[in-house]
Amino acid sequence: MSDSTSDGTSGSRKAGAFDIRNIIGALMGLYGVILVLAGLLGEHEPDKTGGVNANLWTGIGLLVVAVVFFGWARLRPIVVPQDVDEPDDDPTRPGPRRKRPPVT
Amino acid sequence: MTSDTLIDASWLDYLLVAIYFAFVLGIGVMARRSVSDSIDFFLSGRSLPAWVTGLAFISANLGAVEIMGMSANGAELGLPTVHYFWVGAVPAMLFLGVVMMPFYYGSKVRSVPEFMFRRFGTGAHLVNAISFAVAQLLIAGVNLALLAGIVHALLGWPIWIALVVAGAIVLSYITLGGLSAAIYNEVLQFFVIVASLLPLTLIGLHRVGGWDGLTDKVTAAADGAPADAGVAPAAQQLESWPGQALSGFDSPLFSVIGIVFGLGFVLSFGYWTTNFVEVQRAMASNSISAARKTPIIGAFPKMFIPFIVIVPGMISAVLVSEMIELKNGGSPEGGASGEGVAYNDALLLLMRDVLPNGLLGLAIAGLLAAFMAGMAANISAFNTVFSYDLWQRYIRKDHSDDYYLRIGRIATVAATVIAIFTARIAMGYDNVMDYLQTLFGFFNAPLFATFILGMFWKRMTPTAGWVGLVFGTLSAVAVDRVAAAGLIELPGQGVAFLAASTAFVVDIVLSVVVSLVTEPKPAAELKGLVYSETPREDLVDPNEASMPWYQRTLPLAGIALAMVIVLNITF
Repeated sequence: MSDSTSDGTSGSRKAGAFDIRNIIGALMGLYGVILVLAGLLGEHEPDKTGGVNANLWTGIGLLVVAVVFFGWARLRPIVVPQDVDEPDDDPTRPGPRRKRPPVT
Repeated sequence: MTSDTLIDASWLDYLLVAIYFAFVLGIGVMARRSVSDSIDFFLSGRSLPAWVTGLAFISANLGAVEIMGMSANGAELGLPTVHYFWVGAVPAMLFLGVVMMPFYYGSKVRSVPEFMFRRFGTGAHLVNAISFAVAQLLIAGVNLALLAGIVHALLGWPIWIALVVAGAIVLSYITLGGLSAAIYNEVLQFFVIVASLLPLTLIGLHRVGGWDGLTDKVTAAADGAPADAGVAPAAQQLESWPGQALSGFDSPLFSVIGIVFGLGFVLSFGYWTTNFVEVQRAMASNSISAARKTPIIGAFPKMFIPFIVIVPGMISAVLVSEMIELKNGGSPEGGASGEGVAYNDALLLLMRDVLPNGLLGLAIAGLLAAFMAGMAANISAFNTVFSYDLWQRYIRKDHSDDYYLRIGRIATVAATVIAIFTARIAMGYDNVMDYLQTLFGFFNAPLFATFILGMFWKRMTPTAGWVGLVFGTLSAVAVDRVAAAGLIELPGQGVAFLAASTAFVVDIVLSVVVSLVTEPKPAAELKGLVYSETPREDLVDPNEASMPWYQRTLPLAGIALAMVIVLNITF
C-alpha cells in the first residue's frame, strides 16, 4: 500500500494508507492476528467461556472484517483533489497549534 | 475474590490496550504534523462521506452513558431499557436528519449558544451558554467517574488516585492531539466496541443457555427475590411495553404516556437535536444531503446496540454472583467505585467472569476509549463555550487569537480539575442513568422547547427566549427537589421523565405568553433560522434527486422507522 500515490494526469490522488477504511482494516487485522494466535497458542479458558475458544473465533471474525475494509478501499478508492484547503485550527476543538510549514 | 483487583488482566490484555492507544495517538500526531494531504483533506471539514460521519455520530454518543449506564439499566430493570434506543433515540435522530439538519448545516453555527444568539440575541445566549457549560462539566464528571472505575478495577488503586490519574490521562489525550482527529478515532472506537461487546454477549448467552435460558433465569430470579428488594416482576423485565419498571408508574397507561412523551419526545428530542457534540459530526460531511443522512445512517446501528449492551446487563444480573446478591437486596463488597458493588458494575463483572485474557484486553481498550473520548468531547465543548461564547463575548472582547487559545487551554485544565469533583457527585448514584437523565431534564428539555418553538414560530421574541429557558430549568430542578424531599414517589427514571416534561411544558407556555406581550425580531433577520423565513431550496440538496433511492434521505428514514416499529412489536 502506498500513501498519496500521484497519478499526475488527472490532478488528483488516492487517499491510500490514510483512507479511514485502511486504518480500520489495519487495526482490526492486527487484533485479529493477535487473537487467533492467542486462541491457538494461549491457554484456553473453557470454564469462563462455556467451552468455546472465544479468542480464536473472534480473531477470525476480525480478520474477515479487516479483509472487507481493505477490499472496499481497494475497489472504491477515495480520490483527493489536487488543491486541498488546509484545515483551520478548529476553535471548537482547541489544542496546541498545528505545526505546519508556512504556505509559500 | 482472590486478588486485590476486580479484573485480572495479563500482558496480552495490556498489549491490546497499548496497540489501541498507539493507533489513536498516532493518528493525532499525524494530523497535527500534516504529514499527508489526504489527512488534511479528511479533516478540512465538509469532505466526509455520510457513512463515516454517521458512525462518528453514533460513536460520539456510544460512551459511558450507553455502555455502562444502559447495561446497568438492563441489569436492574431488564428489557424495557430498549426504550432508550427505539423510542428515546431513533425517532429523534430521524427528525434531526429530516427536519432540523438543514438549518444547522446551512447556518454554519459552531455551538448551540451561537444558534441561540443569532435567533434570540444576548439574553438567551448568556443563559444558554452558562447552563451548557455547567452541564458539560457535570457530564464530564460522569465519564470521569466511570473511567476511574475501570482504572480502579484494573489496578486496584484507591478511587481518589484513580480519579486524578484518569483526569491526567484525558488531559494528555486532548493535548497530544487526539481531538483534532476525533472523527477518525470515533469510527475506530465504534469497531473496537462492537468487536468486544458482540463476543461478550454471545458467550454470555451461551453460558446461560441461550435466549430461553436467559428468560428462564430472569423469571426464576424475579420470583425468588425477597419482596423488600423491589425487583420488578419477570413479565415487566422481559417485555419492553408497557415498561412500568422503567417509568415507575404503576398504571400501564401512564407508563406508556410517560415513556412516549417524557422519554421519547422531550428528553430524546431535546438531547439529540440540540447536542452539538453530535451535531458537529454531521457538519463535517460533504453535502447537505450527507449531513441529513448522517443521523439517519447512524440510526441503523443504533437500533441494534441494545442487543450488545442491555442483554449483557441482563445476563450479568443472573450469572455474576455479586450482581445476583445486589438484586436480591444485598450489598456485596467490591465494585468499581470501591464502595460496594453497584448496578454500574454489571458489565465489568460480566467481563471478568466470561472473557478469556485477550478478548478481555479488547474489551478494556473499547471501554477506555469510549469514556476518554466522551469526556474529551465534554471538555472541549465546555472549552469552546467558555472561551468564545462567555469570555470573548462578555468579559474580554477583541483580543488576539492566541489570547483566546491560551484561555481555552487554561479552561481545559480547569475543567478537568472541576470534573474530578463532579465525578464524586456522579459516584453517589447507584445507577448512573438516573443521574444522567436528571441532568438532561434540567438542561436539554427546556432548550429543546425553546429551539423548536423558535424554529417554527417567527413571532417568538428575544425576551421569550431567555425567560423560557430560565424558568424551564428552574421548574425541572423544583420537580427534582420535591421528589428528593419524598413528596413524589416514582422509582426507576420516572422522576427524570416528569421533570423533563414539566420543564418542556413550562418553557413552551411561558415563551408563548411572553412572546405575545413583547416585540419580535424583524423577519429579515430570521432567514436561515426560522422555517417560514427560509427559502425551500436552501433546505434540500439539488443533487439528491439524481441519486439512487438507497442514497436519498427520505427513503432511508422511512426504512429506519419501519424497522424500529417492527423491533418494538417483536420485543
